[in-house]
Amino acid sequence: MSFSQNQSINNSKRLAQSVAFTIFKLLSFLVVAILIVILGFILVNGASVISWEFLTEMPKEGMTAGGIFPAIVGTLCLVAGSMLFAFPIGVLSGIYINEYSKDGWFKRFIKLMTNNLAGIPSIVFGLFGMALFVNRFGFGDSILAGSLTLGLLALPVVIRTTEESLKAIDKSFRIGSLALGATKWQTTSRVVLPMAFPNIITGLILSVGRVSGETAPILFTVAAYFLPKLPTSIFDQVMALPYHLYVISTSGTNIEASRSMAYGTAFILILIVLIVNLLANWLRRYFSKKVKMQ
Amino acid sequence: MKRYFHNFGERVIEGVLTISGTVTSLTVLLIVFFLFKEGLGIFNQSPVAEGSAIVVNNQNPVKELSAKELKEIFDQNITNWKQVGGQDAPIKLFRIDDITDYYTEEQIGKDFEYLPQRLSEVVAKEPTIVAFFPEQYLAKDFQGHRINLENISVSEFLGGTEWYPTIQPAVQMGVLPLILGTLWVSLGAILIALPLGLATSIYLAEIADKRVRNLLKPVIELLAGIPSVVYGFFGLVVIVPLIQDLFGLPVGETALAGSIILGIMALPTIISVSEDAMRTTPRAMKEASLALGATKWQTIYKVVVPYSMSGISTAAILGIGRAIGETMAVLMVTGNASVIPHTFLAPVRTIPATIAAELGEAPQGGMHYQALFALGCILFLMTLIINLSVDFVSAKRKANR
Repeated sequence: MSFSQNQSINNSKRLAQSVAFTIFKLLSFLVVAILIVILGFILVNGASVISWEFLTEMPKEGMTAGGIFPAIVGTLCLVAGSMLFAFPIGVLSGIYINEYSKDGWFKRFIKLMTNNLAGIPSIVFGLFGMALFVNRFGFGDSILAGSLTLGLLALPVVIRTTEESLKAIDKSFRIGSLALGATKWQTTSRVVLPMAFPNIITGLILSVGRVSGETAPILFTVAAYFLPKLPTSIFDQVMALPYHLYVISTSGTNIEASRSMAYGTAFILILIVLIVNLLANWLRRYFSKKVKMQ
Repeated sequence: MKRYFHNFGERVIEGVLTISGTVTSLTVLLIVFFLFKEGLGIFNQSPVAEGSAIVVNNQNPVKELSAKELKEIFDQNITNWKQVGGQDAPIKLFRIDDITDYYTEEQIGKDFEYLPQRLSEVVAKEPTIVAFFPEQYLAKDFQGHRINLENISVSEFLGGTEWYPTIQPAVQMGVLPLILGTLWVSLGAILIALPLGLATSIYLAEIADKRVRNLLKPVIELLAGIPSVVYGFFGLVVIVPLIQDLFGLPVGETALAGSIILGIMALPTIISVSEDAMRTTPRAMKEASLALGATKWQTIYKVVVPYSMSGISTAAILGIGRAIGETMAVLMVTGNASVIPHTFLAPVRTIPATIAAELGEAPQGGMHYQALFALGCILFLMTLIINLSVDFVSAKRKANR
């Protein structure tokens, strides 16, 4: 093969590569562009709606004016309730899977079930929550029923992040602690958990983001179409931000008139997601710096 | 003593941890139990609309009908008893309002007090009649045969092409359009998301430098964090009108709109799973390829992609799973018409959207309620198959190493 032939093959190879790479680059930036369009569209349209009144007043005139205060309060209740349930159980369960359980069919079974639970569609959680908490336990449409349903949905996320954070901690720490005469629980609670804690908290924050935006599980367990008062007990119904956005954008009495309210509600939901993600990223970086300094 | 106490404490803690560990398994089992308990009830119920009676003349040899036949009769698609196994005689339809053709208002009574008796007389008089009226007007000594509709069968439920869960006189509960609608929209979503997602993951794993990667990764995570109802809202106000204008359709709420939104929603899953898979390609393999004179691009599509193929298929399966189960976004943008899909430019209705839209109006314990739980079972089984095949693929991948 002559030199020039060789070079032309090389050139065509290089051309194919640069064409392929350019396409990949463009498609990747298309993905980013999609996100920017969605975020930008909602943030720009929603920003003009946001005001102190919008955040602190009850909905008025068939939800075409006023604010979304009860929906904000409702979502806060649901997030708090579901985390109160999912966080302790999830962390304990993660500790069990990574630190205590022995390899065997039982561990495999639990991991398989946790994976399956994570894959179950959120509407099925809604059906289940309705059948068990609302009807069988007789909680009715209530914060309690909604929080438990959302908590079950968040459980696999909390378990998985706990598991991952524990797995990341080197075995030598555990062996060292045990060699000094500490019991297994002492090792877990005083050595392993404090080191894994930052990552576990990050997982908690991310699951807060997930829970606050879920609609399908609360449709039949807690969410109220319109309820211009605040809940007084855990057996009350509440409005919730995602459900509120759904109803005013699809089935309000005057969809066009309530559009600005919808933009405002979507703005708040996006804002929650942004804050949650930024906070999680910041925490991750902050703690990893701290660990390095030690 | 202290040691004993310590041991005891450790035992208690281990017990608590074990119990917490079983919560998820317990939940899955409870979900299965409740779904199937409510869902299977549908096969024990007669599909006659609640509180109604369907009667024929005593002489009529037809004693049983299926829900489908009854609907066809009342839609006047079946007009002769011969078609449902009876004699050769035209079918005479009778609805409650038709009573005025036979009797005056006085004969019926001011408060309909004679109505049950009159209904009985009409049915006895007309040998080819089929009458449909509220159960409360069924006289005690009724002169006629009350038709018991056959319970819906599994094949009718799964293979039926009509979903009218509240129609009179007999509800139609064929879920085929809903199953196909779900698969149709998800298929469209994966066709959109897979090329885009794969390109992005190749770019992130192999091409982009670290700075760009650190910029893109959080963006993709953010995409995963946006609530589905916000995607639905965006689809409703942007994508739906766009499709309507672009294709000149009467409505923009179409399968295509659903597929686009679901495709965007499936992107983060596909990107992160397949990127992780590509990152596990051993460095030595890539370097060997480069040392043999292959370009970076040749190395990617001849070494990296084949090596991470099982990871990529996992990503695709997970993406489909995400799309199948998605509720709110689909409910808001697909138009929810329960027809068997044949084009992407027409409305379709998915299983999750049906449950979300109808469960609120279905009385607890009724047939409609149970049918929605049965739909939940189907959805659960679909996602179970997806989860198991993901487990299977990744177990195989581990075994191959």
